[in-house]
Amino acid sequence: MFASPEALTAIIGMALVTIAIKASGLLLADRLPTQGFAAAWLRHIPGAVLAALVAPAIATGSPAELVAALATGLVFIATRNLFAAMASGVFAVYLMRLWLGA
Amino acid sequence: MTQAANPFDSRRDQFLAGARACLPVAISVAAYGLVWGVLARGAGLTLTEAVLMSGLVFAGSAQFVALDLWTATPATLPIGPIVISALIVNLRYLLLTATLRPLYPKKGLWRSALSMYLVTDENWAMTVAAMQRGGGSVAFLMGGGVLAWISWMSTNLIGYGLGSAIDDPARWGLDFAFTATFLALLLGMWKGRSDLVPWLVAALAAILTSRLLDGSWHILVGGLAGSLVGAALETRKHVRQS
Repeated sequence: MFASPEALTAIIGMALVTIAIKASGLLLADRLPTQGFAAAWLRHIPGAVLAALVAPAIATGSPAELVAALATGLVFIATRNLFAAMASGVFAVYLMRLWLGA
Repeated sequence: MTQAANPFDSRRDQFLAGARACLPVAISVAAYGLVWGVLARGAGLTLTEAVLMSGLVFAGSAQFVALDLWTATPATLPIGPIVISALIVNLRYLLLTATLRPLYPKKGLWRSALSMYLVTDENWAMTVAAMQRGGGSVAFLMGGGVLAWISWMSTNLIGYGLGSAIDDPARWGLDFAFTATFLALLLGMWKGRSDLVPWLVAALAAILTSRLLDGSWHILVGGLAGSLVGAALETRKHVRQS
């Protein structure tokens, strides 16, 4: 039950840079104009970030993950329910991995 | 204080609503949390070090990268590279927290900046989705953040305690919860054909970047490319119309 001084330094350093970056985004947004290009840019960030988050996982996924992604999308479009979509994706990937063994 | 809209009640409701919204993703946080706990023990972190890192840093991807660089002997610990890679891996948060600005009052932003500590990919995504439906609030964001923090910390501890005795979460498909939820959130953000090009640009840029570079660069590069293209298309359209 101890932490070496070196480990402590590394952990505190990690914590400081992390909070500094997270806070900077909020503080810098305050300096951006609320109209025109900057405002349009901020509006487009959520969709673009989410697309960037999921695209590589699907593009490099196994066939099991491709089928599960399709199932997730179809269930969400049909039900508009996030939890149902997530659950069917997880269930689909479980079944497909069992079946394909990959 | 007899008004129906008691600010404390609505704040509590928002906090609970945020936590509830994050339940689906808390499952994937928990699955990754278990894995991180197991790996942290394997990498030679003491229990105290693992608890401190999860509690203070609270950023999954940066913590996984740190485990790659960690050494069990303190004298050889590469402190500089560990801190710098945390900085690089977390750069994407600049984009995420910038979009949360509308939740906060005009003045006194510096005091609010500390609450960004509780922002993760998961509660950020749920909150911007709620904002697009006209909802979302700081309390909503914090509700999801606290739930994510609890599920991250508790599963880190379980993983550390049980070591490799635990089952691989991938066997149960739990690793896919993250992709599935974010995919559904993305589809929920569809507002029309003007989203198609920015999303495709973001996706392609992210796929290319993930092939070339490890870590979380693909989120930053894809997010920047897609949102800039979206903004360029939108402002060009306005110029033409006026």
